[in-house]
Amino acid sequence: MRTRSLLLLCAATVACAQNPSPSTAPATASSSATVASKPVASSSQDSLGKPGPGALSIPFANPFPSTYRPFPSRTTLIRNATIMTAAGPTMQNASILLRDGKIVSVGTSVTAPSDAVIIDGTGKYVTPGIIDVHSHLGVYAAPGGGGLNDGNEATNPNTANVWAEHSVWPQDPQFPRILAGGVTTVQILPGSANLFGGRSAILKVVPSRTVQGMKFPDAKYGLKMACGENPKRVYASRGPSTRMGNVAGYRAAYIQAAEYRRKWDEWNANHKGPPPTRDLALETLAEVLRGDILPQMHCYRADEMAQMMDVAKEFGFKIRAFHHAVEAYKIADLLRENGTGAAMWADWGGFKEEAMDGIRANLALVSAAGVKAMIHSDDPSGSQRLNQEVAKAMYAGRAAGLNVTEDEAIKWMTINPAWALELDDKIGSLVPGKNADVVLWSGDPFSIYTKAEKVWIDGAKLYDRDDPSSNWRTDFDLGFVKGGSL
Amino acid sequence: MKTQLLCAMCATLFTAATAASAQTVAITGGTVYTVSGAPIQNGTVLIRDGKIVAVGASVTVPSDAQRIDATGKIVTPGFIDASTQLGLVEISAEPSTRDQNARGTDGVAAAFRSWDGLNSESVNWAPARNEGVTSAVVAPSGGLIGGQASVVDLVDGSTTEMIRRAPVAMVAQVNNPRGAGTGARGELLGKLRTLIEDVKFYQAHRSDYDRAASRNLSAPRADLEAMIPVVEGKLPLVIDADRVDDIRGALRLAKEYNLKIMIAGGAEAWLAADELAAAQVPVIAGAMNNIPTSFETLNQRQENVGILSKAGVQVAIIGNNGDGDEESFNVRNVKYEAGNAVAYGMSHDAALRAVTLAPAEMFGVADHVGSLQVGRDANVVVWSGDPFEFSTRVEHVLIHGKESMSPSRQDLLTKRYMTLPPDYTKP
Repeated sequence: MRTRSLLLLCAATVACAQNPSPSTAPATASSSATVASKPVASSSQDSLGKPGPGALSIPFANPFPSTYRPFPSRTTLIRNATIMTAAGPTMQNASILLRDGKIVSVGTSVTAPSDAVIIDGTGKYVTPGIIDVHSHLGVYAAPGGGGLNDGNEATNPNTANVWAEHSVWPQDPQFPRILAGGVTTVQILPGSANLFGGRSAILKVVPSRTVQGMKFPDAKYGLKMACGENPKRVYASRGPSTRMGNVAGYRAAYIQAAEYRRKWDEWNANHKGPPPTRDLALETLAEVLRGDILPQMHCYRADEMAQMMDVAKEFGFKIRAFHHAVEAYKIADLLRENGTGAAMWADWGGFKEEAMDGIRANLALVSAAGVKAMIHSDDPSGSQRLNQEVAKAMYAGRAAGLNVTEDEAIKWMTINPAWALELDDKIGSLVPGKNADVVLWSGDPFSIYTKAEKVWIDGAKLYDRDDPSSNWRTDFDLGFVKGGSL
Repeated sequence: MKTQLLCAMCATLFTAATAASAQTVAITGGTVYTVSGAPIQNGTVLIRDGKIVAVGASVTVPSDAQRIDATGKIVTPGFIDASTQLGLVEISAEPSTRDQNARGTDGVAAAFRSWDGLNSESVNWAPARNEGVTSAVVAPSGGLIGGQASVVDLVDGSTTEMIRRAPVAMVAQVNNPRGAGTGARGELLGKLRTLIEDVKFYQAHRSDYDRAASRNLSAPRADLEAMIPVVEGKLPLVIDADRVDDIRGALRLAKEYNLKIMIAGGAEAWLAADELAAAQVPVIAGAMNNIPTSFETLNQRQENVGILSKAGVQVAIIGNNGDGDEESFNVRNVKYEAGNAVAYGMSHDAALRAVTLAPAEMFGVADHVGSLQVGRDANVVVWSGDPFEFSTRVEHVLIHGKESMSPSRQDLLTKRYMTLPPDYTKP
């Protein structure tokens, strides 16, 4: 956040003073927040009529900064639990200490500070918070209907200019339900109607009046791209109507983006002459080319994934992960060579031709090949039970003859999706110093009878199955929904 | 790895070959959940010529019987999924492979015998069968009256060999007025009433109708004919209804016309559990729905089937929460739906019943399938453990007494890609 706020401020300074120098920018986060959150209309008389930061295309620009602050937390020790850290072997009869929003220690000899809330984890399991890298919560909010149908700007094959966060409804009643399933971080993506669907939003699953209040601080944006049947179906009459049309569309856009990036990088470096015209779509694609935005690509078929990896090479970027990678098992070796991850369902398939070849051993085969394999939901129901989906995938791998351990499988819903979001230094495993995003399960998370009992985000307990009155109910839930379990 | 899988498949094929020649099969040593009675420890299920001839703890096994050792394992009736499109939908987005939705006439397709288009060669049978589903209700959908459903056994055979009973129900819906060709809920129910009245009129004035001397009726002759058993209370009318007052509307209609109905979907059925129990109306529902996905389902919750079951409502558990084609490609997951029902308050016994004997009773095939009793078809599954658990593997699936596991298309793909690049001549 600090780096990016600085850059944003840089932009502001440039616009106002025409005398840019990073050293002249205020260096404190608080002052940057003040500037960033101040509406243009309320700025001083001096700046009236002068361009705001929005006139310029600056790397890592952050016009909608996160206002998330961790919820109040208490020092908490869970002891006598089975702890799956996603960073090493499962620990039996172990303890984990959470303090000030961070994991302080994990192991068999953790002592409880005098102020700690102590939770007996006997017979229970502890895992990192689950991360769902493919969700449409908020953009396709419940209860649905046209009024909440905000996930696909299906008006042009290239809508790299749109940002999912501008569609997310924080009162979507699906948010507390996935929290109750142990999900603590989600990537909200635009739909797959378009070749370029727009920017993703990386959110913490927390109650908030605003989307900014949910945004994961410092998370890089993702860019939703889509292969195959969806774009060609949606644009059948105006094009692209074929897979070759799709690929021509990606390439044409990146050709433009490369030019845009060159112009702006040049201008940002020397500020000679008037700045080039800003273009939101090209700006997002230019950020992909700079490595500042992570492409997350909906792509089912093996042959298309292979082609998209070549398109990425042609323009010098890397696809971070293929999503819905139903045929990833056919090209696991290529994915490994490219360093591209694969986000998969356990067993969805058969619903369209590009999904015909779905197999349950997909995650296990891809993981065994050395690829970052991860589960994803694309579904508000499945998102609540990603542990069950991982269980299916793990046991299917074993049935196929692969030696899939629970310690490997737990990574499919924790550290590997954290990697896909480039947040693996902050979340995804139970390691001292990382954010205290933690789930306490009633038992083995790979049993069908197990439920998430308590969920912490940044050390704050935000879900407690044993204390229903303390749980988050959205505005929508009030009155419309009589209650029942989350 | 490749070898292991090959051998696993060899074993399957070998077993199948021996089973085909054996007339008598004894499954011994397992914990036998008959569903119709108490579980039997160390029980034996004896099968001859495709039927169950003995079940118990002290069954004498003939010396010529093929034995399946189920020691330490669980033996249950084959599972029955009460709401599928197996054989009617191959790839849901590909219209040429969809045969579950008839055009009908103004939302009424009562004459539609969905099984007439059943694809016995669908690739979706094997994954369901290999995971313990041995029978399925195959149902049409759409309009006001979607058409007629059948019960099929998942035998590897022709459509005729597969169909256990047809029709077993007429399918209707009161969830979606627009889908029924109306503009409002009251209009939808009115249309259904008119249809029922017209069927009664037609029945009483058939000869006038045939002489074209009858008043105009709201549906074509074939549909009126098909509705007669429904109006007579002989053929169940399965009514898709989620909102609690839609469910109550269906109950009132059933009472008014003495219809035999079932509620399908039933998102808010738990709010009318006692009324459903009193009316002896069964409910077909999933156990993994807790999202207010529409204004019809605001109060759906995972405890639904457990609450209904405790109130004395007959319940069949199905997959219907939208997780990847659970009515065709993923019918296999119905066991996990049942496991989730248990996690949210249903007893294990009730959940097992809800995927075996309950649907068999509801659709009139309990004399053939759904329980392990003498005289029933030998549709039997041997599980390595709790049928609802992810860690459990299906070890034997017998349908009509025959070992019926066979490599699915998914198994073949898995085998082909165990090593990269694949050998395109294998498997």
